[in-house]
Formats: sequence, C-alpha cells, structure tokens
Amino acid sequence: MVSPNSSDPVGGAAASADQPRPIKDVVIRLAGNSQDGIQTVGAFLARLAGRSDQDVMTYMTIPSTISGGPSIFQVRMGTGDILSAGDQADVLVAFYQHSYEDHLEALRPGGVLLYDNDHVKPNPDDKRFTAVGMPITSRTIEAVGGAAKDKGKNLLVLGLLARIFQLDVAKLTALVKERFGGRPEDVVRNAMLAFDAGYAYPADNIRDCFFHLEAAARTSTRPQVTMDGNQALAFGLIAAGVRYGAAYPITPWSSIMEMLRTELPKYGGTFVQAEDELAAVSYALGAAYAGHLAVTGSSGPGLSLKMEALGWAVMAEMSLIVINVQRGGPSTGLPTSVEQSDLLQAVYGSHGDTPRVVLAPKNVEDCFYIALEAGRIARRYSTPVLILTDQSLATRIEAFDEPDLAGLMIEAKPDLVERGANFKPYPLDRPTRHAPPGTRTASGKFPNVTGLEHDEDGHPSGNPAMHARMTARRREKIKALGASLAPPEVHGDPAGQVLLIGWGSTWGPVREAVNRLRQDGVKAGQLHLRHLHPLPAGLQEIFARYRDVFVVEMNDEGLYGFGQLAMLLRARYASPTIRSITKTDGLTFKVREITDGVARHLEATNSEVTIPPFSS
Amino acid sequence: MSSTAPTLAPPTNNAAPARPPLTRKALAADHPTWCPGCGDFAVLAAFQRTLEKLQFPQESIVLFAGIGCSSRFPYFVNTHGGHFIHGRALPIAAGVSLSREDLHVFVFGGDGDGFSIGGNHLVHTARKNVRITYIIMDNFVYGLTKKQTSPTSPFGFKTKTDPTGALDQPINPMRALISSGASFVARSHAAQVGHMTEMMERAARHDGFSVVEILSECVEFFPGAFDAANPRKSGAFTLIEEKTHDGSPADASRHDPTDEVAAFHLATRPWPGVFGVFYETDRPTKNRLEADLIARTKEQTAGKSDLQLLQSTFARLR
Repeated sequence: MVSPNSSDPVGGAAASADQPRPIKDVVIRLAGNSQDGIQTVGAFLARLAGRSDQDVMTYMTIPSTISGGPSIFQVRMGTGDILSAGDQADVLVAFYQHSYEDHLEALRPGGVLLYDNDHVKPNPDDKRFTAVGMPITSRTIEAVGGAAKDKGKNLLVLGLLARIFQLDVAKLTALVKERFGGRPEDVVRNAMLAFDAGYAYPADNIRDCFFHLEAAARTSTRPQVTMDGNQALAFGLIAAGVRYGAAYPITPWSSIMEMLRTELPKYGGTFVQAEDELAAVSYALGAAYAGHLAVTGSSGPGLSLKMEALGWAVMAEMSLIVINVQRGGPSTGLPTSVEQSDLLQAVYGSHGDTPRVVLAPKNVEDCFYIALEAGRIARRYSTPVLILTDQSLATRIEAFDEPDLAGLMIEAKPDLVERGANFKPYPLDRPTRHAPPGTRTASGKFPNVTGLEHDEDGHPSGNPAMHARMTARRREKIKALGASLAPPEVHGDPAGQVLLIGWGSTWGPVREAVNRLRQDGVKAGQLHLRHLHPLPAGLQEIFARYRDVFVVEMNDEGLYGFGQLAMLLRARYASPTIRSITKTDGLTFKVREITDGVARHLEATNSEVTIPPFSS
Repeated sequence: MSSTAPTLAPPTNNAAPARPPLTRKALAADHPTWCPGCGDFAVLAAFQRTLEKLQFPQESIVLFAGIGCSSRFPYFVNTHGGHFIHGRALPIAAGVSLSREDLHVFVFGGDGDGFSIGGNHLVHTARKNVRITYIIMDNFVYGLTKKQTSPTSPFGFKTKTDPTGALDQPINPMRALISSGASFVARSHAAQVGHMTEMMERAARHDGFSVVEILSECVEFFPGAFDAANPRKSGAFTLIEEKTHDGSPADASRHDPTDEVAAFHLATRPWPGVFGVFYETDRPTKNRLEADLIARTKEQTAGKSDLQLLQSTFARLR
C-alpha cells in the first residue's frame, strides 16, 4: 500500500467490500494533542508488530510546552526492512481540526483519513482521500461513561485500527493489560471498554478500507524486542558494565537518566541527579577514578557545560562514557526537535588539544550495541567516549532481535590488584592503566591523577619536551584506535556515480534513498559512519570509487557550504568531490529530500546523470 | 561529640596481616611549593598528624582538590588522590565516596574554590550529606593568581581587581555551611596545630559531610589577616566551650553543637569570632540512603544475577 514497492492501491472505487486486501507495510499517523495518549497507541502498535515478527519504526513530535499542544505519533509497520518512518502516511487519524489541517498534506493521495467528526469538519471538496468520519469523542464517552469523559479515545482508535488492519486482538489486549497492569482495576476495564467500542464500530462505514498485513518472513529465530533508542542505550550501558553515573535533567536526554536511576540499584549501582551539569560530569569522573565504568549524559547545551571537565578527563586519561542526545540548537533552540549539529562540539569542544572518541548509533538496535563498544574503547584506551544520538532516535520505537545477553554482558569490578614497583600512571611507552584508590603499590608510593601537564609518574611538569611527548601520547592512542577499525561496508553499488555518506539516525532514510536512486538507474552506494572520531581507515579508497560524494546530515551548511561531518571529511581528505546535503527544519530526513538534494547538486553541475523527480 | 561512624573506624580485624603503623614519614610526598611562611604548611603538618592518629589503611585514603594554592595539597601527601578542575573537587570526591564505601575521602581547597566558583557544589554536597571531609584553607584572597578579591575578602580590602577596596559583602562561611545543611561545621586557625588536628580528627570520624574552615594566612598578599585571632600577635583565639551535659551550672552557658540556631548565633560573632565545633548533627548520609535503596531494591529481585536481571527486562520488552 504505502510502500513504493507495492503497487496495491488503497481506498477509492477499486476497493471491494468485506475482502481485506493484503499489504506489505503501512504508515499510520496519529495527530492530536500531547495529552490524548496517542503515543500510547503508537507504542501498542509498535510492540504488536514486534511480537508479530514484523519490522516497525515510529516517529513522533512532541510540543515543548509543559502540558498540551499538538503532537503526532507515526508508526510504520510491515514485512521486510523498515528503514524510515515513511515520507507520507497511508492513514491519518485526526483528533482535532488543527490535526486535520496541519497533517492532511502528510497523507498520501488515495490514503485513508479517519477523523473525529465531533471535532473535525473536513473540506467536502477534497476528494483526494477516503474520508471516514466517526464520533470518536462521543463514542468514547458513551462506551466508558462515568467521570472518565473522553479519556480512552486513544484506545477506541486502537480498536478501530485493529479492525481495519485485522490485527491480532488477543495479542493487543494482552499488551493493553500488561501496560495497565498494577493500576486500579477500572483503568484496565475502561481501556478495554473503549477498545471494544472501537473494534465493534459499525463496519459499513469503513469496510472499504480493510487491510491485511502480509505474514512476516523473518529468518532470525531470536524473539524480537521493541523499545525506543533511549531505552536501548540505557540497557546497553548496563550490559557494558556501567553501574555508576550522574546527570542533570534535560530534554531529550532525561529518560535515560530516569531509567538508570531506577535500574542501577537492582545491579548494586547508583545514579546521581547532580546539582548541575558541571557536578554531573564530575561525579561520573569520580566514579571513573574510583575504578568503575561510569556514564554522564546530556543534550547539546549541557554538553557545552561539561567541556572543561572533559578536558580534564582527556588530560588525566579517564575512562568515561558521555552521551549527548542531540536536539535543535543553539542555546535552548528546539528542545523537542532533532538536529545533528553537535558533531563539532563533540569532536573539538573543550580547550587545548583534547583528542577523544566520538561514536554515533545508526538505529535503535545500534544504540544498545554502541554502548557496549563505547565501554570497550573507554576501558582499553583510558579515554572519554562520546556517543552522539539524537532526539529522533531517543523517541523512535523499533523492533529488533533480542541481543545474546549471555555472550555480551560485562561484569565490571575495579581492578585493585597490587601494582608492581615500576607502576606509572602515565607511562610513555604503554597505555595508561590507572591504579584506582584502594590499590596497594609495591613502591609504597601512591599515584595522583591530574589536569596539570605531568610526567610519567603524574607529577606536575612544565618541561616543554614533556608537554610535547605527552600531547603526542594522548593523540597517538586515539590514532591507534582509528587504525584498528575495519573500513565500513558500502551498501548498494560498490563503485559508481554517487556515494551518500551519513552518520547517526539518518542511516535508514539514506539507505532508502540509495535504494531509490538505484531503482532509477543511478549507480549509488551508502557509506555510514558509526566512528566519527577517530575515522576508520580506508575511507579515501571508498570515496575514490565514486564520482560524487554527498554527506547527508541534519545541520546547517555553514559559512563555507559544508555540514559538520562534510567539514571534517574535507579537512581530513582534502577531496573536492565531497559535498553536502543538509537540512535545518528540526525534522528527520524524508527519503525524497535526500534524492532531491542529490538531483539538485547534479543539475547544478550539469551532470549527464539525470534523476527523475521522486514520486511516491 | 556525637557517636562516630563505625564504618569509618580503622579496621580491627585481627586476621588481617599486620602492617606497620602509618607514619608521617610514609605520608611524605613532594615538597610543598607554597611560599615560605604560608599558613598551609601548618595545615599539612596537622593533617599528617591527624592521619597518624586515625591509622586508616594508607591505600584507602583519597585526597582531592580543585585549583588554588591550597589545592596543591594532594601532591604533598603520599596517598591516592587527584588534582581536579577549579571549584569541582567536591562533586568528583562525592563520585568517589558514593561508589566506594571502603575509602576515606578528603577534599582540600581555598576560599575561591569553595565559596566562589564551587559555591553551588558546597551547598548541594552539604544538603546531600555525602561522606566527605572538606578542609578549607581560607586566606581571604586569591593567591595563586596574585591578589584578586576573594569571596571572603573583607569589605574595603584592596586588591588588583578592587584597587579602591572590595565593594562586595564577604561570605560568612560558618553561616553558609550551617544553613546549607552541613552535618559537621568547625573553624580553626593555622597557627593552632593542636586545635587543627583535633578538629580534623573529629571531622574525619564524623559520619557525613564534615567541613573545617581554617584561617590560613597568605603572607604574600594578605599578611597579618588573622593576627586578631592569634595570641602570639596579641590577638584572641577564643574557643567554643561545648556542653558536657554534667548538670553543672557552668554547663548551662556552654554551646550545644546540635543546636542549629545557637550555632548560627555563634557564627555571627564579630571578627575574629570563635573557634571550634559550631555544629554537629547525626543525619543520614547519602551514602547510607543509597545503600539502603540498593538493599531494598535487591530484596525485590530475589538474588538474581546481573545477567538474569537484564534478561528478564528484555523478556518484558518482547
């Protein structure tokens, strides 16, 4: 239906009553206000898809107001790889007039508009969609009754969607009961009353729009888990052996610290809500100094506040994981929107020469695995490791194969084995392996960790040669990490006309864009960078195989016409073939925006390659 | 003096291999870089004497400091420790304290580090009652950067940043600490090694956030600042007489360190004020409360391993 790969039309005269039509995947956009619980419905659909072995991805926007305000939740589910939340929706559920007006253009022509006719008056002349009105609000009040008023209309919509898409009602009701488990009995009862009312809504009105999602054909035998990116990161940290951390609340980072505050005590650990960002990174460094793998995190403005301490962590060579859930900036900016504009801050922020490691997860599943990798690198190289995720990944729900926890889980304990007589905290010929407090030393001398330039023993040293040697030492270990990284794989054509480079959450849309370019006859490949600093070896050879290299990222093209990663790559490889496709509207990339960006560049350079404008 | 924390007492396990007593010689490290005559030398001597008395295992002692002359302290004592950034010694030390119950954590610093750039952390570490002993060497001036106004510089004190005299009212450290919720607040003078040692020992044995402010003269940039409290310079070192609860008539007029309001009144005495323990209370530490939270949480998880815990969480996310 929605998918460009599917030719099956939806809605309109061709529909045959009563016989649900098979579809491969579907994009449903729920538009209402933030207190309507549409995220809850979206999350139910996502989890159901995960349990049904289907692939799923969600997308949401949240108002930054304290309570209320327009909000959407979009869920795309189906068979095969779901790489993005979908450029356009197949079904729009509009709770209010503003939902209808603001989101109608997000609905694909021929799609289904489901609206609450208690609140929405659609334009009767607009014949592009199959419009189905139902009294969602009054139906809910009728079904639930009592003091609940229209609370529960989200569940009514869920029931309606379950009917339309022939969803597995037994699984769905089990999910609803799990979700409200532990709450008063009437909460579950009201939820089910609303759900049933939606499911039983007279079908005549909508029977033209019944669909059936094709059975999934997953090859993996592992069960799927369904969660958002912040959850995956938090659990990844726990699997990596993180037991201590500290932070200060800031959107959209806060949910990670909330989870860790709840989860870590189960594992014998502690997460501290610090008085400010400076204290937060300092607490975490205290735990790191004490011999633990520790974490702090924030969003852009908070990362700026941590920068001085981060400089100390580089100088003192402390293992630390620092998470930055990027949002729109600068300053308070767009706190509930997405941007990838903290890359240069992550790589070069702080004072002095401060080489450190910067990683970025590509999707929700990768949030889990990148936390493990960050832990391994932080320990091995005694260095801070920054993880750059973003608002869209933080709130996006995906299903993925349950990780093999038994094979991955790290049991971390401070290493307090007595150190030998030749122990030095900062040896010139070896990597730093700190002796945490509590460790005895054969020499009877105990080490100091310090932010002053120091000699091998950690004594302050203003010796010019020593500063040069120690600066080199801190740089070379990061270079050694870069040299050890395998070159990333290229998706699509291994050589040809266009290479699209992305990082972070744009992995899915860029992949879909490459797939579409190739369908259109362009020889195109995708190179996705998870390691942003240091860069893996072998990139130059990959770039050389393509005529044009476009770096796709959600930040400004800057004064010189290049986004932040493009700047780094041009500085590193001095290649004029590297150019930028950027955007700054605070929303995730649509696939079409990327293919259009490629087309614009190629037209501007009078390329012989022509790309037909994308049509969905 | 209230009961001291059993967890902070030196180990009495007879089965442990005997180790030589901790001496000042074993504690000696780099030679201090302070100016000749600096009050901090005496603070260092008193601290080493305190450690000799406490006999904590040497490897379990951790010293942290921020930035300033006095913040060089960790280099001069042979223990584990670190030299952190300006004003943030308390939160890094709190991270150590909260993640390692086996350690004895001390923080050293000056008035700029503690009351100015680190002022917020002082308030919150006190409020949270993190198990740390904090020794503030207060010299009323920025010494390392060569004579700028400090948050405790007296009104009218001439510095390079206030050439016509300081305009801002100075902080009263005792009042600030008491009202922030510090559970042990004491004051001493660098010319009184015996008194400093006594205050440091009591602070170190206190189960909670304990602070000793020590008036420590900067001979270079504020000479004579604390003569008014130095008997050898015709000053008066007035000690706080603490209640002994012996029922005697004299005891009625003595100070009850558990009385917060009385402590606040003592802190408002005119310069040079009084010395000793202003306030001491037995309040649950964050260390204890977090440990209790862990214990309560673990009771509910019924002895599951870390792996089993995470596996059951993932099972719920299927």
